Amino acid sequence: MGAGRLGRQAKAGWLFTAPMLIVLGLFLVLPIALAMWVSVANWTGRGSPLNSDVDFVGLDNYRSLLTEPGLDRQDFMISLRNTFYYVLGVVPLQTVLALALATTVNSRFLKGRTFFRTAFYFPSVVSSVAISLVFLFLFTGTGAVNEFLGALGIDGPSWFTDSRGLIHVVGDSLGLWSTTDPPAALSGNDVMGLSLWEWFSGPSVALTAIMFQVVWTTAGTFMLMFLAALQDVPVEVDEAAMVDGATKWERFRYVTLPHLRPTMLLVITLGIIGTWQVFDQMYIMTDGGPAKTTLTPAYLSYATAFDGSNWGQGAAIAFLLFLLIFVLTTLQRIVLRDRDRPKRRGIRGRRSTSQVAEAGA
Amino acid sequence: MYKTWQRAIVPLVGLSLIATACGGDDDADAPDDPATTDDDAGEPSDSSSDDGDESAGGIALEMLIASSGDAETNAVTAAADAWAAETGNSVEVRVATDMNQELAQGFASGNPPDVFYLDASRFGDNARAGNLFAYTPADNDDFYQSLRDTFTFEGTQYCAPKDFSTLALQINVASWEAAGLTDADIPTTYDELAEVAATLTTDGQVGLGLGTGIDRFGAFVVGNGGWWLNDDATAPTANTPEVLAGLQYVQDNIAAGSFALAPALDTGWGGEAFGTERAAMTIEGNWIRGAMSNDFPDVEYIVAELPAGPAGPGTLLFTQCWGIAADSDQHEAAVELVDFLTTPEQQIAFAEGFGVMPSRQSAAADYEALFPENAAFIAGGEYGHGPISAPGLDAVVADLNSQLEAIGTADLGSVLESFDTNANAELG
Repeated sequence: MGAGRLGRQAKAGWLFTAPMLIVLGLFLVLPIALAMWVSVANWTGRGSPLNSDVDFVGLDNYRSLLTEPGLDRQDFMISLRNTFYYVLGVVPLQTVLALALATTVNSRFLKGRTFFRTAFYFPSVVSSVAISLVFLFLFTGTGAVNEFLGALGIDGPSWFTDSRGLIHVVGDSLGLWSTTDPPAALSGNDVMGLSLWEWFSGPSVALTAIMFQVVWTTAGTFMLMFLAALQDVPVEVDEAAMVDGATKWERFRYVTLPHLRPTMLLVITLGIIGTWQVFDQMYIMTDGGPAKTTLTPAYLSYATAFDGSNWGQGAAIAFLLFLLIFVLTTLQRIVLRDRDRPKRRGIRGRRSTSQVAEAGA
Repeated sequence: MYKTWQRAIVPLVGLSLIATACGGDDDADAPDDPATTDDDAGEPSDSSSDDGDESAGGIALEMLIASSGDAETNAVTAAADAWAAETGNSVEVRVATDMNQELAQGFASGNPPDVFYLDASRFGDNARAGNLFAYTPADNDDFYQSLRDTFTFEGTQYCAPKDFSTLALQINVASWEAAGLTDADIPTTYDELAEVAATLTTDGQVGLGLGTGIDRFGAFVVGNGGWWLNDDATAPTANTPEVLAGLQYVQDNIAAGSFALAPALDTGWGGEAFGTERAAMTIEGNWIRGAMSNDFPDVEYIVAELPAGPAGPGTLLFTQCWGIAADSDQHEAAVELVDFLTTPEQQIAFAEGFGVMPSRQSAAADYEALFPENAAFIAGGEYGHGPISAPGLDAVVADLNSQLEAIGTADLGSVLESFDTNANAELG
């Protein structure tokens, strides 16, 4: 009968999902709840955070990160600034590169498609530690990258020890300002502990080297997503467009790209989340240097907690980062939503519960 | 459609997997309790308590170390086993991959290792959090005073210094002789050092290559009679003429071209600059011996004491101590183990094993007899200043080091002022 069948299926459903729910609850939900408590308490690291010696201190940790002038707020703002430029550079680059690679691999005239697919995806599979060490080696002052640039007549910088911001350097070479004597309007005014000159520094040369590495590493993963979506593009529509006289570029822009919108949304969302949380490269390669220009909130959270024994503040940084990512991805979904698709009505709007049950039986 | 026995396979496999996973370590239980084993039949044990009775033996201690390599691990394990054999206890020595993290996990779980290496920079925070058990090591006065001061918090010494290293001046013999310098020219004052560095600076080689940060520049600060904090580490004293003079000396010589920072020479640290011969001299600690013999065996060099500044000789000490956890159950046994590991003979054995210097003054003469080439390093124990070990200053020191990366062009006054402001916020 309808109700009995549904009841048994529901029970079976719960039974099958129970292990995963338990694992997620124990290893995801509980630690996050505990970290939330640590961020509003004064735990010193000794014993459980839930023991009676630990007191509730309210939003003290958040205040010292956002409103009280001091070293903590300055470090947090520096990490936000660095990561902002990092995200701005990496997300578009890796999306475009992934799309380009996917289109290339999907081309009907490409021989050795499997080889190229594997080759492009390979960097994503290799351990990030191994890649980081190789890139450290490549980007030293006398490393392979600078040798290559030297062959082109460019004197490459000592990448990982160079803390100059790109915007500063480019403006300096264009004669807009001088890095040794910044314009007083910018260097004199402080916003949240950093001068405007420091806010508008752009990514440092060291951070740029890390950006190259990350784009190269993650493009492969997103290429696979685009590839799957590309293979879904209806061939008839494409041929119809060809018949109508559309050029290759017009076909790509008006037939392929709109079809890729959901995948684009996914790739950009994942890109934003991944780049705001970047930690591995900083931990392995630079420890936040040179001159704190590769400091990111995730690394700062780790260093504050484990190196500085300031557990509450480390947890607070992590939650602020979560809030930021949440706001950004929500914004991005709103911006990229499909305005033409009719809103899905809830189950009450169109079909009754019994009809759904019958459909499922 | 399945027979009954076939239906039982999946649940059985599942159950056996669960049983394996939840098996637990029944073999690694608490050590044999002498009150319950039949081995020592003749011993009356009804009135003894397990914790404090060391002659009954059977106490199991856990030690966590951050090893520099196999030589150190083996030496420490051998020493711990020797103590274990002598007392009938047992010691399990574990090597940490990330010391800070593993110690933190231990303290948070309430089940930390009994004995562990504790770096001076982590000492203050752990002492303030109550993670450490304060004990007085045997023959405490024999340890160098600066090392004991490093591990003192609010007037109480918490642990025994394990060993130490100091900074000294390494000189490339080939470059030295090529510039026509002799033994009489080895610098004994800061002015002489600046002169010699200028003489040694050629087109392809800078006179002195320095690593960045207060762990190198601090030597010049000490030589000028200053320090970042006051004597009881309750207030910062960075914005003082003495500290400024020390940093100014480095800045002036970088501007003159006779000093250079390791990153500017495209190297990771002073030792690499020295080994690749981009610098004729460098200021590094004992660890440079191992690095040079492993990576740059062809470079011939000598080690001299750092020159004396206006306020006298000055160098920096780096040290770790044997920490004992407050939450450990075996304080007495742990203190005994530490006392065993810090006897002068044991410290000399460690020196021979992996190149550290003994933290006991009575062992200095023996060390110098064994390693006459390290006389300059051990002499630093007398006048060296220990590292900053006050609580809460990790981010402040990191910020200072970050600003001092650009010491060549930095506004030293404002750098020191910002250190004082930030440190006051933490200490005040």
